[in-house]
Amino acid sequence: MSISELTTAELQNGLQAGTFSAVELTQSYLDAILARNESVGAFLTVCGESALSQAAAVDARRQCGEPLGPLAGIPVALKDNLCTEGTRTTCASRMLENFVPPYDAHIVTRLKAAGAVLIGKTNLDEYAMGSSTENSALGKTRNPWDLERTPGGSSGGSAVSVAARLAPLAVGSDTGGSIRQPASFCGVVGMKPTYGRVSRYGLVAFASSLDQIGPFATDVSGAASLLEVLAAHDERDSTSVDRPVPAYSKSVEQPLEGLRVGVVQEHFADGLDEEVTSSIREAIEVYRSLGAEIVDVSLPHAKYGVAVYYLIACSEASSNLARYDGVHYGRRANEFENMVDMYAASRAEGFGDEVKRRIMLGVYALSEGYSDQYYLKALKVRRLIRNDFDAAFKNVDVIASPTCPTPAFKLGELVDDPLQMYLADVYTISANLAGLPGISVPAGFSSGGLPIGLQLLAAPFEEEKLLRAARMFEQETDYNTRAPQLD
Amino acid sequence: MLTREDVEKVAGLARLKLTADEISEMTDKLGHIISYVAVLDEVDVSNVEPMAHVADVANVFREDAVRESLPREAALANAPKSDGKYFLVPQILENA
Repeated sequence: MSISELTTAELQNGLQAGTFSAVELTQSYLDAILARNESVGAFLTVCGESALSQAAAVDARRQCGEPLGPLAGIPVALKDNLCTEGTRTTCASRMLENFVPPYDAHIVTRLKAAGAVLIGKTNLDEYAMGSSTENSALGKTRNPWDLERTPGGSSGGSAVSVAARLAPLAVGSDTGGSIRQPASFCGVVGMKPTYGRVSRYGLVAFASSLDQIGPFATDVSGAASLLEVLAAHDERDSTSVDRPVPAYSKSVEQPLEGLRVGVVQEHFADGLDEEVTSSIREAIEVYRSLGAEIVDVSLPHAKYGVAVYYLIACSEASSNLARYDGVHYGRRANEFENMVDMYAASRAEGFGDEVKRRIMLGVYALSEGYSDQYYLKALKVRRLIRNDFDAAFKNVDVIASPTCPTPAFKLGELVDDPLQMYLADVYTISANLAGLPGISVPAGFSSGGLPIGLQLLAAPFEEEKLLRAARMFEQETDYNTRAPQLD
Repeated sequence: MLTREDVEKVAGLARLKLTADEISEMTDKLGHIISYVAVLDEVDVSNVEPMAHVADVANVFREDAVRESLPREAALANAPKSDGKYFLVPQILENA
């Protein structure tokens, strides 16, 4: 069995038993990247040299019997909107093409302390704005199950790095589904934690009230191990919450007694692909067969989620991206007439179409005479969406649904129709608006061989319950063990 | 209905220099999105408090203590234009 077929727990066991060293393990992933990254385009930057030296340091510590961190010697890929000191962090934008951060994101500091090997930076939709990774200005990422299809987005590169077995673990960010949707399209596990569970310090901001960092893995247990390292209080992010982090990696194997699974009938409406429908219905039957109670719940305001999301996310983005002015860092235009023209020309050169569109929508929604009608209205409906979930979670432990209405779409299929692209986020965005944790786990394949994902949502800070419920399903199925054939 | 003039005004506020073609495309695509979000008109939000964020924290304070900050060299390292001490920008005041 080759190293790339092993789960995170098996890799940890192999390192501990001395079956392979951290350097050998890292080298085997670097070899896989060399062989396969060209066809899938997961990585924008591969950190071969520093990864091998981090691995060597782990091996040396192990040899001396020194204590090792929980992810010692395990390669982890990072979405390229997470700041890494001394390694360029581009956000897949012309604006930040040459930006080298002077500090590490909090989660990068955490991963280094845990002994993880940081193997490279992955492609994304520019500034995490998109659902297909096609908005990257720096490269094309392809779905390893069908190279003519998108990997999803915006964390497409991170999802592909795990799906194509170029890294056992990856980190992404999820503002409206940007971890769960690509996880679903690529047949891997992807999780968005509760808002505030993971510090956003050093994550390049898109929409600050919605952004959250989370793990990708080939199995639920791997995601649990990575989340356990990512989750921590950090005073540099004032929205990061100071509460204990459960031992997710330990509890994940314990099934839940008396699990109540909520099902939303509105989710099975028009526009949901037939094969996705049947996979999700089968998944619900798996839970029933495990003794779970299946309960109908209603989320009457969920259908307004897409409209609320795009108003809030774009408003916040227009404010966050005002910092790119060609003065402190990032691109500056060569030709301009005066100071204000320098801002406008630099931003016009640096940002791609979708980023410009969202800034424009946000500025419009916040502008004089419109902010009550758009922004404030959206914030009020946001509360109604959260109230629906609070009521639902009085009666259920998790809510099960499709992650996406269809399997992966074709490259180019939706690029000219931003509204259709937005509507594909209908199942994932409510969790960001309400601040809930959510996970996507592999739950089947279409007749064309494309992965289908099951999404589970839970009440705030119920990550432990969410992971255990996801693991119960995974244990009964083998979808997560299948890997795409690329060689 | 979003007009070309609206888009030009917003582009100015957003500090984005758009070409004539971009203005046309933006008018069309933003128009679609803005018509779509009108779906919110059917929701009754009387007596609903706006929810700006979901975090269960408020007014996080820390000691006002002096700490190490980013060294000047690191802060300037990514500047498009710098003299080693300051960020350089085009002249702002006329005849200064």
